Amino acid sequence: MVITFGGGARDQETFAPEGQENIPHLMRELIPQSAFFTQVINRGILGHYVATASLATGVYETVNNFASLPPEHPTAFEYFRKDLKRPASDAWVVAPSNGFNRIGESNNRSYGPGFGAGVILPKHLLTAATSGGADYEHLLRDNYETPFYTPELGGREFELQQLHMLLKLSVDDFKKHARTLSSPDELSVYITRQLMQQLAPSLLWITLHDIDIAHAGAYSLYIEGIRRTDRLCGELWKTIQTEPEYAGNTTLFILPDFGRDSDDDSGGNGFQHHRTGDALSRTTWMMAMGAGVREGVVIDRALESTDLVPSIGSILGFNASLAQGKPIVELA
Amino acid sequence: MKSMPAIDLKPEQFSGYPPEARKLVTNDLAALQRLPLSFLPSLLREVIDYDFKFPEERKAIERELANLNSLSPGQTKDWFQGFAQIRLSRQLEQFDWINAPAQFVEQLSAYLWTTHQLDAFRVAALAYAERLRAAVPPEPPATPRLGITVIGQGVTTSDESLFRKLRPHGVYYSRVQPENGLKQLLDVVGARAKEHPAVHGHWYIDGGQEAAHDPALTCVSYHALGPARAALSSKIRVEIERPGMGPETLRTLLAQMRPADLGLEQSAVLDRFQVKLLTEGSGTQIFSTTFAQWAARESLRRAQPLTLLVRFAPRQRQKPMNEMLSAGTDSRVELDPMGSLVDADMGAYYNWLNQQRLTGAEQSSFLVWFENHREAVAIGPSMPRGTESTAVVDLAKLLSWMT
Repeated sequence: MVITFGGGARDQETFAPEGQENIPHLMRELIPQSAFFTQVINRGILGHYVATASLATGVYETVNNFASLPPEHPTAFEYFRKDLKRPASDAWVVAPSNGFNRIGESNNRSYGPGFGAGVILPKHLLTAATSGGADYEHLLRDNYETPFYTPELGGREFELQQLHMLLKLSVDDFKKHARTLSSPDELSVYITRQLMQQLAPSLLWITLHDIDIAHAGAYSLYIEGIRRTDRLCGELWKTIQTEPEYAGNTTLFILPDFGRDSDDDSGGNGFQHHRTGDALSRTTWMMAMGAGVREGVVIDRALESTDLVPSIGSILGFNASLAQGKPIVELA
Repeated sequence: MKSMPAIDLKPEQFSGYPPEARKLVTNDLAALQRLPLSFLPSLLREVIDYDFKFPEERKAIERELANLNSLSPGQTKDWFQGFAQIRLSRQLEQFDWINAPAQFVEQLSAYLWTTHQLDAFRVAALAYAERLRAAVPPEPPATPRLGITVIGQGVTTSDESLFRKLRPHGVYYSRVQPENGLKQLLDVVGARAKEHPAVHGHWYIDGGQEAAHDPALTCVSYHALGPARAALSSKIRVEIERPGMGPETLRTLLAQMRPADLGLEQSAVLDRFQVKLLTEGSGTQIFSTTFAQWAARESLRRAQPLTLLVRFAPRQRQKPMNEMLSAGTDSRVELDPMGSLVDADMGAYYNWLNQQRLTGAEQSSFLVWFENHREAVAIGPSMPRGTESTAVVDLAKLLSWMT
């Protein structure tokens, strides 16, 4: 399972001494059980969709961040399903907003159509189920970077009727439970749990995004997003340990897609954006834990974010032949 | 459209520029002709707005052009070596960068990211800025700068540990006398404006409704811009319904917006500034705390004021973006004073950082005060760093110790 600690958090609000109060679950519960990589560098484009696509392909993608386009290189899901002959139900992505709906499958000729992951956009489902409405408005926040504009959907779309067919969830139950949640990422985690219980996919990718509210410039909301994401990561790790299909045989990766601008770069506006391309916005971390991972080790050598897919390949047994990154030796 | 090498530039191609900008560019055409295309439109983006710039910005453009004029062809080549190595696409070369330099720069930025040339461009830009600063040092301020930030309006009690980022740089006061505090601060700011008169040299930015203040101050407030914000929101709502609308097109439309489009018709320079706050600043349309911080950042970067007082006010509680954008007026809006206090505390730190980026930083002073409470931090040459004081003092007295 891969969780992207999105969208974009800085060291000073997370793992630096002054930020650790915001991530109690990562600090106290998860780090002691994990191999912690302190420097993961993203040399690609720092837009959330394109950066997540790069994480998923192991190649620095250059697709338009705001268009509904598939990655150009095969994703981990395609390598996994084609090489290991896995069915469509065995690879899933839960993603935050319409802009991510093409993340599951590339347009690469050797892979592409038919080999990708199913993509669920919980907010899109909720909109379809409820037509919005005051009870759900807090769960339907979308697209913090371009709040005026939501891309059209395209590609293979998880439809409302599949809620019942695949996740054994009635529209009424979905709406009822959604009413108890407080953010879009909580909705994503709820859907992820349903997926784990009903389909138990071997490769599951969840992209969290609440933190990206930082683009609106309100520091308190950015911090609130980090604290919520920390809690949700802790909850998902507990779910992994309690679900029979996952307990004891699951490797979990948690990593941000990238950071945010430094306070010291006059070209940016600190935490608000990720536009300068400075070292702070490019350098993040990764946590790996669970099956096959040594606990309680800290690795300071620099990795690239494109190393993730080849490393997942080493664990699951597929060859990410077109990826630019290399398998992480500490995980071998 | 055919590509236009800089060397072929002619005065008549700038006929679309406002009068003073046109005059400037025509006088310095020879210098512009020697510049690489990866750099020139960034300069023209500033020049095309010359007529609507603050005095300090105008001086900076004039100094930069004079410096470019003074360089020999060999020196120009040396100065712009880094930029000359940036590869551009055919599409960029053929773009109408003379008349739309801002849009060119936006497309250039996307292209640099895509082609992994952003780092090389950053290196070239930083090297140029440093060299320019050394060759033509910016003038020191007429008097040491003073920044004041007031946070926490509407908060009665708080357990927040405030000013954590600013305390190491000055004195933390825990027994400030809050009575009449805002008026005392505005009086000091007004007096400075009279003592050191300068066009747009002394500012008062309010994230809510502005308090009574000296007319010599340049004043921008979130409340006063309520009708402009409502006009902008309704224009955006109309535009995003149009077929084929995407973020790039919308950004271009916002960049072309003029003060009259939003009902602003008072002062050409200040109105343009305010339009940019709302159309270029992310979140400034919906959160008053973001507005105050961004307005302070932009006023410091552009007008380089001698005095800046920023007062944060409670922002609206978070809701879905569409709903926040459609809230045109401030009535019936649910507020979040505690969240706003946290926003403003960070905003105060950014205000200080941005002030310290200006000339004369070592002589500048900065005061942050928790409105109607007893806590403040004072930073300046006479304030020992990382210390605390339990002195009972009012804000006017405290400012007199600092400046």
